Amino acid sequence: MPLLEIKNLHARVEDKEILKGINLTVNAGEVHAIMGPNGSGKSTLANVLAGRDNYEVTSGEVLYEGKNLLDLDVEERARAGIFLAFQYPIEIPGVTNAHFLKTALNAVRKHRGLEELDAMDFLALVKEKMKLLEMDPGFLNRGVNEGFSGGEKKRNEILQMAMLDPKLGLLDETDSGLDIDSLKIVANGVNALRSPDRAFVLVTHYQRLLDYIEPDFVHVLSGGKILTSGDKELAKHLEERGYGWVVGKDAKAVGV
Amino acid sequence: MTETNQALEEITGQEYKYGFVTSIEEDRIPKGLNEDIVRLISAKKNEPPFMLEWRLRAYRHWLTMQEPTWQNVRYPKIDYNDIYYYSAPKQKAKPKSLDEVDPEIRETFNKLGISLAEQERLTGVAVDAVFDSVSVGTTFKGKLKEMGIIFCSFSEAVLEHPDLVKKYLGSVVPYSDNYFATLNSAVFSDGSFVYIPKGVRCPMELSTYFRINASETGQFERTLIVADEGSYVSYLEGCTAPMRDENQLHAAVVELVALGDAQIKYSTVQNWYPGDKEGKGGIYNFVTKRGKCAGENSKISWTQVETGSAITWKYPSCILQGDNSVGEFYSVAVTNNYQQADTGTKMIHIGKNTRSTIVSKGISAGHGQNTYRGLVKINKGAEGARNYSQCDSLLMGDKCGAHTFPYIEIKNSSAQMEHEATTSKIGEDQLFYCKQRGISEEDAVNMIVNGFCKQVFKELPMEFAVEAQKLLSVSLEGSVG
Ligand SMILES: Nc1ncnc2c1ncn2[C@@H]1O[C@H](COP(=O)(O)OP(=O)(O)O)[C@@H](O)[C@H]1O
Ligand SMILES: [Mg+2]
Repeated sequence: MPLLEIKNLHARVEDKEILKGINLTVNAGEVHAIMGPNGSGKSTLANVLAGRDNYEVTSGEVLYEGKNLLDLDVEERARAGIFLAFQYPIEIPGVTNAHFLKTALNAVRKHRGLEELDAMDFLALVKEKMKLLEMDPGFLNRGVNEGFSGGEKKRNEILQMAMLDPKLGLLDETDSGLDIDSLKIVANGVNALRSPDRAFVLVTHYQRLLDYIEPDFVHVLSGGKILTSGDKELAKHLEERGYGWVVGKDAKAVGV
Repeated sequence: MTETNQALEEITGQEYKYGFVTSIEEDRIPKGLNEDIVRLISAKKNEPPFMLEWRLRAYRHWLTMQEPTWQNVRYPKIDYNDIYYYSAPKQKAKPKSLDEVDPEIRETFNKLGISLAEQERLTGVAVDAVFDSVSVGTTFKGKLKEMGIIFCSFSEAVLEHPDLVKKYLGSVVPYSDNYFATLNSAVFSDGSFVYIPKGVRCPMELSTYFRINASETGQFERTLIVADEGSYVSYLEGCTAPMRDENQLHAAVVELVALGDAQIKYSTVQNWYPGDKEGKGGIYNFVTKRGKCAGENSKISWTQVETGSAITWKYPSCILQGDNSVGEFYSVAVTNNYQQADTGTKMIHIGKNTRSTIVSKGISAGHGQNTYRGLVKINKGAEGARNYSQCDSLLMGDKCGAHTFPYIEIKNSSAQMEHEATTSKIGEDQLFYCKQRGISEEDAVNMIVNGFCKQVFKELPMEFAVEAQKLLSVSLEGSVG
């Protein structure tokens, strides 16, 4: 059984149809990259999968571990193992990273039938993960994303992912705004989480990230549809020729 | 309405927990207000003549005054002749020790989590409990007495320490101050009195717990705290009332006096009954609180968490008279359903190098209306005065409102003022972020709101900070719509 099966998914935001028939199957252990020009619907797809309000599915279905994902609330999806690394992580002033992360972790653990972690065990675990992402433990006492640089926010997203141990990681433009060193650290963090029971969907505008996290499949999303799919070579072609190549080819195929 | 909003409404729809009524025999005087009533109250309390004269002066002055209308709150006209001005639990004789306090009353305080005896034994917090109009027991008296600290009911202070009362009563809030303070001066029934002698650091939190039990009763308590030179005291006040359909008036006066190098920290957790979801019933909380930093290097801090009352109208203020004195105001005010709050502070800088800090956090939910009104006044002689003000508003839903009226009067050009203000909506984005990490809606709202209030909560004594957080989450159950 695939981990995630998206069948003919249509979705709209505020009366505007944005996803116009997405089909995608993701198996455990795989890494899929979704590329496409700005405004093509990549973030919309990620948000629909995470269950955000105001993103309305108009037709199609999404199965997660064989069950209807669209029936679940946002937090139920999260506890069931769907993690979205945000393109623009939000600040929550006055709430420390440590408190936030511990609350989240224990909510998830409780759902999975695991014991809640006490402060000591939590600290031990989070410090170990922070090392991997070369984050200073001082971050734990700062407000969630409060005054973080762009790169720090993205690292913090990956830290959360490492802590919450999801089955499906959706990474929305995790590479954007990162300098090359931060990009490597983030990519290392993701690679360390790769495992046969876990899958990733990387949403990205540039092929750069894929130099560090090697995808098994690459899909090109444009105008709310996946126009073409291939392996990592496809990403290289895109890098050389630009999206116009795929989008144009498709335009010809449908006779525009 | 989105799912998120629905869930928020559910969370914020919780009931008032302290709304029970205790059935005890009450000793009441007739309804209404006139000179005879004022005399009767004074007589009930065996007051010395100076006290009665003061009350009468206040009453006569009150007759010449108009009820104020400038506050940003709406309420039907109050009939001052339809209120009982004195109601006391009937007791055979004045209790000499806590064991003699009426068991029903003790049970009430137990239900509220304030067991007088337990408090005394376990927590080291000295409590003066005011039930309707009279003080029913002051714990820890003996221990405090050894240090020369006076902590007793106001009535007792009038009888036992008349010189102190005479000297300081009305020295910060004169009987002619304002409509509600003047009314209070005429009819106040009880309250707490604290005196900390020179150089003494009060070893425990002093606390008063106010409870309105009887119906159609006004509660007019009066608190006076005097910190003599070089002393320190931290004082906490908590309040609840039963759920009743009618509105009840609570018009208190609190006066603080800090002499040279003295410090007073006054914290309030106010949870009077706010009325029901449709806005029926609830307490009108019209309170005058003012502190005077009379001596050099003195300091007064007000910290308040206001979650209750149908209408709250209060401006804990500081008169910074002594050079280098410091005034602080930290406030969280929550309005949910049809609650209204018009609250803020006044910082009056008179002495040189006086400093004040204002941090106000307003949270509005449901149809709640939350107004911050603040005055910072720098007098001519206040060379080098400084003020920092920060007013933040958090809106939950789109039917509520937040209003900010900061007034500034500067008569000395060396003053330094800093003012920051923000208004934010509890973000669907923030909620989504929390929920995407597996955190429930309820926990997410609590977390975000508590984060918003952090600067204020950290000023509260530890155990009360925890209490305040719990209160906040209860009073916001069911809020965005
Ligand atoms: N909340 C929203 N309201 C209205 N339009 C939106 C909203 N979110 C996205 N869109 C529109 O949907 C389209 C796809 O956006 P998005 O999924 O963010 O694209 P991408 O991530 O591929 O850049 C864009 O035209 C964008 O303007
Ligand atoms: Mg995007």
